[in-house]
Amino acid sequence: METRHKILLIDDDPDLLDVYRDILGRLPSQPIIRTATSGARALAMLETEPVSLLICDLKMPKMDGLQVLSIVRRKYPELRTVVLTGVADEQFRSRVYSLGVDLFWQKPGSEEETKMLLDCLESLLGRESEPGFRGVQSKSLMDLVQLECISQSSSVLRITNGPLTGLIWINNGDLIDAETDALRGEEAFHKILAWRAGNFESLPAEPDRPRTIFKSYNAVLLESAQALDELRQIGTTSPALPGETPSAQASRLGALLQVEGIEFVLTAKTGEKDKFESRGLEDPARLAAWSRQSLENFRALGERLQAGPVEQVICLGPQRHVALAQQGDSELSVGWRHSLSAEMVRDRMKKVLALWAS
Amino acid sequence: MGLLNLFSKPEPALLGLPSGSFTLDRSGRIVIATLPSSFPNALVLEIGRQVMNTLRNAQAAQLRLAELVVYYPALKITARELSGGAIVFLSTQNLAGPVKPN
Repeated sequence: METRHKILLIDDDPDLLDVYRDILGRLPSQPIIRTATSGARALAMLETEPVSLLICDLKMPKMDGLQVLSIVRRKYPELRTVVLTGVADEQFRSRVYSLGVDLFWQKPGSEEETKMLLDCLESLLGRESEPGFRGVQSKSLMDLVQLECISQSSSVLRITNGPLTGLIWINNGDLIDAETDALRGEEAFHKILAWRAGNFESLPAEPDRPRTIFKSYNAVLLESAQALDELRQIGTTSPALPGETPSAQASRLGALLQVEGIEFVLTAKTGEKDKFESRGLEDPARLAAWSRQSLENFRALGERLQAGPVEQVICLGPQRHVALAQQGDSELSVGWRHSLSAEMVRDRMKKVLALWAS
Repeated sequence: MGLLNLFSKPEPALLGLPSGSFTLDRSGRIVIATLPSSFPNALVLEIGRQVMNTLRNAQAAQLRLAELVVYYPALKITARELSGGAIVFLSTQNLAGPVKPN
């Protein structure tokens, strides 16, 4: 069975492709190199042959690199992507990263730069795509807490998930306290453990931290695992009827309504017409149709402009504001008090999206 | 240095995103624009069309809207309803924040 990585190189200059092929031949993992001289050809190749890494030039005739990458990021979100270009413009660097590209690299001009590029590519090829916490890849937060407790460590774990921050105190392998938002103790711990991904760092221990969790770490972790299992089961066994709000979803929507300034919440699955759930709306059907259509239109516009995926659409009105955004496969439409400014709505929407994701 | 020469070649231009504004009348025609001429007119019209559609269709959803702000990682579109038409502001963004127009 073939286990070598495959790299697909795209550049409209066949001579350059030959040079790249030679350079990439020096990668320690000895990947298989495929080449394409146009974006269209590369997209056709991706349809038939999965690759681990795509390396793309920016300036190409007919379909430029930004167009290729926006299609690739949408169709193959797990695929690692690298831009290798002579373009030094900061706007294009930003746009490339905003598309979710892993690496923007100016074409190497020296042996040293070539070596650095190869190191980065080798690192990208070795990186796993599983979710997890940065710094300790492929480990769930539960694994991390368990490791700390088993090794009898004393530390404060700081976990950030978008705008949300959580702290977990561990002293000599005992779970002492946890805190996030206004929650403390076990409740905060369960909340933090429900986050699927984020950033994790270990801070110096605080031995004087007052204890609020008195159960063993095993017992608390077990409770968290059970709660997560129950949530997953509800999510997979209770499909929502149009406009109906099943229990797990209802509690998530209800949690969002606790954010200050929110008047209503409506959510729908991307691509599932006529299915939505809402709280705080008397007649959600029309709003659901408008929200879906508006998000779809601005998504398409973003692709045409190569401006990246639409982050938020904030609509300001004299009676209320409405913010539209996508989080994973959910589309959210949130009504806000009209006294809030556009920037305030935008900031609070980030919190809503992080809450929804967790 | 030989490597450097190998990597240089004449390349087609990339589409840059503009900063500036334009005004649309109620039929969606551009009345005035301060956008660079290098930015295709078809794209200006497309932005205007989507903005106007969103503002108009909101009424069918019983929403009264006066302003629309669309955030992309590389571009911010701000549109204000203007006597049935709209005034639209475009400003490019980068990862560090908004970019000053030239």
